[in-house]
Amino acid sequence: MTTTTPEGGHEDGATRRDFLYIATGAMSVVGAGLFVWPLVDQMNPSADVLALASTELDLSAIEEGQAVTVMWRGKPVFVRHRTAEEIATAKTDDSAALPDIALDSDRVQKAEWLILIGVCTHLGCVPLGQKSTEVKGEYGGWFCPCHGSHYDTSGRIRKGPAPKNLGVPPYVFLDDSHIRIG
Amino acid sequence: MSNPGVTTQVMQWVETRLPIFSFINHSVGTEYPTPRNLNYWWSLGSIAGVALVLQIVTGIVLAMHYVPHADMAFDSVEHIMRDVNYGWMLRYMHANGASLFFVAVYIHMFRGLYFGSYKAPRELLWWFGILIFLAMMATAFMGYVLPWGQMSFWGATVITNMFTAIPVVGEAVTTWLWGGYSVAGPTLQRFFSLHYLLPFVIFALMFLHLWALHTSKSNNPLGIDVKSEKDTLPFHPYFTTKDLVGFGVFFVILAYWVFFNPNYMGHPDNYIPANPLVTPPHIVPEWYFLPFYAILRAVPDKLGGVVLMLGAILILFVIPWLDTSRVRSATFRPVYKGFFWIFVVNGLVLGWIGANPPEGAYIIIGRIATAYYFAHFILVMPIVGWFEKPKPLPDSIAAAVLGDDSAKEAN
Repeated sequence: MTTTTPEGGHEDGATRRDFLYIATGAMSVVGAGLFVWPLVDQMNPSADVLALASTELDLSAIEEGQAVTVMWRGKPVFVRHRTAEEIATAKTDDSAALPDIALDSDRVQKAEWLILIGVCTHLGCVPLGQKSTEVKGEYGGWFCPCHGSHYDTSGRIRKGPAPKNLGVPPYVFLDDSHIRIG
Repeated sequence: MSNPGVTTQVMQWVETRLPIFSFINHSVGTEYPTPRNLNYWWSLGSIAGVALVLQIVTGIVLAMHYVPHADMAFDSVEHIMRDVNYGWMLRYMHANGASLFFVAVYIHMFRGLYFGSYKAPRELLWWFGILIFLAMMATAFMGYVLPWGQMSFWGATVITNMFTAIPVVGEAVTTWLWGGYSVAGPTLQRFFSLHYLLPFVIFALMFLHLWALHTSKSNNPLGIDVKSEKDTLPFHPYFTTKDLVGFGVFFVILAYWVFFNPNYMGHPDNYIPANPLVTPPHIVPEWYFLPFYAILRAVPDKLGGVVLMLGAILILFVIPWLDTSRVRSATFRPVYKGFFWIFVVNGLVLGWIGANPPEGAYIIIGRIATAYYFAHFILVMPIVGWFEKPKPLPDSIAAAVLGDDSAKEAN
């Protein structure tokens, strides 16, 4: 910059005009970027969608052994009031051969309440097993009818093409019988 | 490869298979000779092109959130304004962009009128321009219906009712347009479909407009033909750069309306949901229709008003033959130049009349201005061209712009 060169500082052949070209080009890129971002961002969830991003649920009406399905962010969430037997099986199976290793105690906040995202980790179908009349699969949890994945009483994948356990959504217990998912 | 723009091997590979680079170069590059004296009035064409692209881009994203249903359209527009990320900005850009598109096109048209750009050999170029203008009017009208507010609904009712003026089949045609016995849900849905379609029709017409332009080449402020290479400059970089300045001004003006005064050109009544039982006390179309609206109301006859309004645009098709002067540019036409500016003022008067209620003096002024509008084309253009003695034309563009000596040197 400070080097003095003959003919007014065109040491490397760069001219005032080159500078103007680059400055104009750079400014145009910035302007285009500022315009493109709203075009991209408008496709992200809108404020009303974000406002529905959490779901509250009263657990007191769910008897032991029952399960309910609630909607959270457009997806089903399985809430199962597990029996003592189911809890015991889940804990025993902590040491079984699990494709996606996870301890039952890490997947629940209170052992009797198993709360899962009801979407098969294979290709997104909703597994069966919520209603008493539905097939629960070989491990007593859920069974995905699309491609035959079996989940156990902790929602862990045990058999079939799904690679991962059923997801656990973020949730908090507001009090003993109310939860907020999301 | 002889083409100067094709520099890399990749470009050459493409060029031999699809001569896209030489096409661009011959269209807007160094190989497109452009009269060297084009002033900023000539920037409005490319600015209108930018406005069209802006309308298409913002329109496509708005259509991702808009619901074309009579029960949901209004709420979906409010959803865009309140909930969709940047939805308010995109909608205001689209609404104000439409207005600025018309501003650009109106200036572009008046420029053509002043400098005689409609005269031989540019008649088809002019015609495609009028077709674009007609398609724009249809698109803008249907777009204004989509928010399904009071002005949308009643504007649609008034405009579509014009078709009932058609003798014999008027009622049937209007019922067919509505898809019912009044403007209602079916009307809204077909308007949405057509509002999405027409911009692409305009885009195609714009291509024909440009094809005709690149065949006859640009007119220029002197209105004389290009005689030698000395009269021209390559489009790039001279006019690409000049057009970019115009784009910058356009975007600054757009930003002013979008960010500081977004509802100025709209009507508050359109923030009231459409109600088929209550007509707003004062229905006015968007500003860009006002002069034609004034012509419609100037005639105390239903069919007559509609015919005259349509005629006000269709008459533009025949002005290449109504104008009898062999000189293009009004710069060299002392008499016509005065009439041109009277015509401009008359157009503004028509717009002002269109914005006011049809009562008292407004009716009289509206009728005089309407009569003058047609007189300009039917009387002034043929008669002035016939008796007017034009000023002497320069020998060439180069001679006028660079001075006679340097023009001779070039020869």
